[in-house]
Amino acid sequence: MDATLSFDEALEKYDPVLGFEVHVELNTKTKMFSSAPNVFGDEPNTNVNEVDLGMPGVLPTVNKKAVESSIKIGLALNCKIAESCTFARKHYFYPDTPKNFQTSQYEDPIAYDGYLDVELSDGTIFRVEIERAHMEEDAGKLTHMGGATGRIQGADFSLVDYNRAGVPLVEIVTKPIEGAGARAPELAKAYVAAVREIVKNLGVSDARMERGNVRCDANVSLRPYGRETFGTRSETKNVNSLRAVEHAVNYEIRRHAAVLDSGAAIVQETRHWHEDTRSTTSGRPKSDADDYRYFPEPDLVPVVATPEWVESLRAELPEPPAERRKRLQKDWGYSDLEFRDVVNAGLMDEIGDTVAAGASAAAARKWWMGEIARRAKLADVDPAALGVTPAVVVELESLIASGKINDKLAREVLDGVLAGEGTPTEVVDKRGLAVVSDDGALQAAIDQALATQPGVAEKIRGGKIQAVGAIVGGVMKVTKGQADAGRVRELILKTLGVDG
Amino acid sequence: MAAINRDDVAHLAQLAHIEMTDDELDRMAGELAVIVDSVKSISEVAGNDVPATSHPIPLSNVLREDVVGHVLTADQALSGAPDAQNGRFRVPAILEED
Repeated sequence: MDATLSFDEALEKYDPVLGFEVHVELNTKTKMFSSAPNVFGDEPNTNVNEVDLGMPGVLPTVNKKAVESSIKIGLALNCKIAESCTFARKHYFYPDTPKNFQTSQYEDPIAYDGYLDVELSDGTIFRVEIERAHMEEDAGKLTHMGGATGRIQGADFSLVDYNRAGVPLVEIVTKPIEGAGARAPELAKAYVAAVREIVKNLGVSDARMERGNVRCDANVSLRPYGRETFGTRSETKNVNSLRAVEHAVNYEIRRHAAVLDSGAAIVQETRHWHEDTRSTTSGRPKSDADDYRYFPEPDLVPVVATPEWVESLRAELPEPPAERRKRLQKDWGYSDLEFRDVVNAGLMDEIGDTVAAGASAAAARKWWMGEIARRAKLADVDPAALGVTPAVVVELESLIASGKINDKLAREVLDGVLAGEGTPTEVVDKRGLAVVSDDGALQAAIDQALATQPGVAEKIRGGKIQAVGAIVGGVMKVTKGQADAGRVRELILKTLGVDG
Repeated sequence: MAAINRDDVAHLAQLAHIEMTDDELDRMAGELAVIVDSVKSISEVAGNDVPATSHPIPLSNVLREDVVGHVLTADQALSGAPDAQNGRFRVPAILEED
């Protein structure tokens, strides 16, 4: 394990500079350069054809939908779209690509010079400049066999599945990100989350990080405060969850600081992230670009994005997530804090659906952020996965509004719904949960409560109206909570001849 | 003579994982230098005013619709492989990036 400084000490001494390469797998039906299916999770080597396998004499063909998705990503990242761009071969020798090169873009990416405004958890906006977004293809998947550890070190051989080979990828590269300071790890997480949100919103990627649809390489370097030039960077590869991105950047800042403090130099290299130990280990020295021997792909002709084509794609773009959030907050009338809590809880869509189904924004928030979130936490699942539909929330609210049940009973009704006892109305009927609204029955309970607490009754008569709570409590106890507290209060005051 | 020396060839051989003897490195350095020199003669006719091209025909936007087409079965895909196991290509362990 490498030596590290504490995060605070590292930040006291050094100014971190970040950079990210995010790979996004597109959800096209076919591959980038062949008409074989792009499907996750099928039997090995069943979604390949001769092009994917790099057979002699085959010719690649460019997937139009993948180009359009790439342009949409570029537009959503506020990039310029290249009028004309080409593909290039990036050579490396490794069995994950049977061609011994990856078809990518080099000097002229399809999108360049953009930016993304990233919102941090307290609402601060941090602008990340985008260097480029280029089209390329994914590689096959290797499984290392034999050896003691199951890792590549000590493996006897590897097994290769080329189903993923040729899946369309867009690689999004940032410019160096300066000035994040102590918020660097948080920014790292927020940036990747924002990119994932954008590609999901565009509908161009399934954006499931656990399936590798969105993968992040995180670059970190440190320099003394006040110095212009960047320090030597490390590149932590394939950090594939939002939490891991945050932790990996935190770890690399602490590791770099310890190396620099010891007077040693940072080695420019790739690093591997280990979730179990929350640390990185040395990978390989970073190749210079020359080692990839890039050259123009002679089998493919340039892609020309005419202004008409680009504009027609721009017209198809959905409302950007950040703008949608602003609009919804205004529509729903939530405070900044309330809305941020909803966003951080990941419940914006659920609340939106519930409001659309007819609930008030306040009621939707009350249920999703309250009882539903609480039950989800107990069950250790996402609130959305708990099984509460917007219709259930709407029905609970209307049962409360009509006075048929109160808040306390509504929570019990929710339990019944989750237990599979039917709709809220059915649960109310089956469990006999409706509030007692029969004044005769209530009056009997009230008389009983007043009789057992004559002192309190005297106080109320004497003008201490707030003491009525004790009697209401007594009535609720007798009726097992199934009384309308408001009605009970009215009846008590009436019985005692006091004006509420 | 073009600037392809023995070290360049050794470096390229290493990148391509090709084992070469000292004799081969010497011979290849000479041969590659000749090839590069020959190709270089193009620059005599194509000056800075001629854009680089990777394709002889001035075409653009040759695009394919996103419709599933030809696909092999796993057996067909593996039929030419020197070694296979569990429906996958079996290759020697190569220590590089994970």
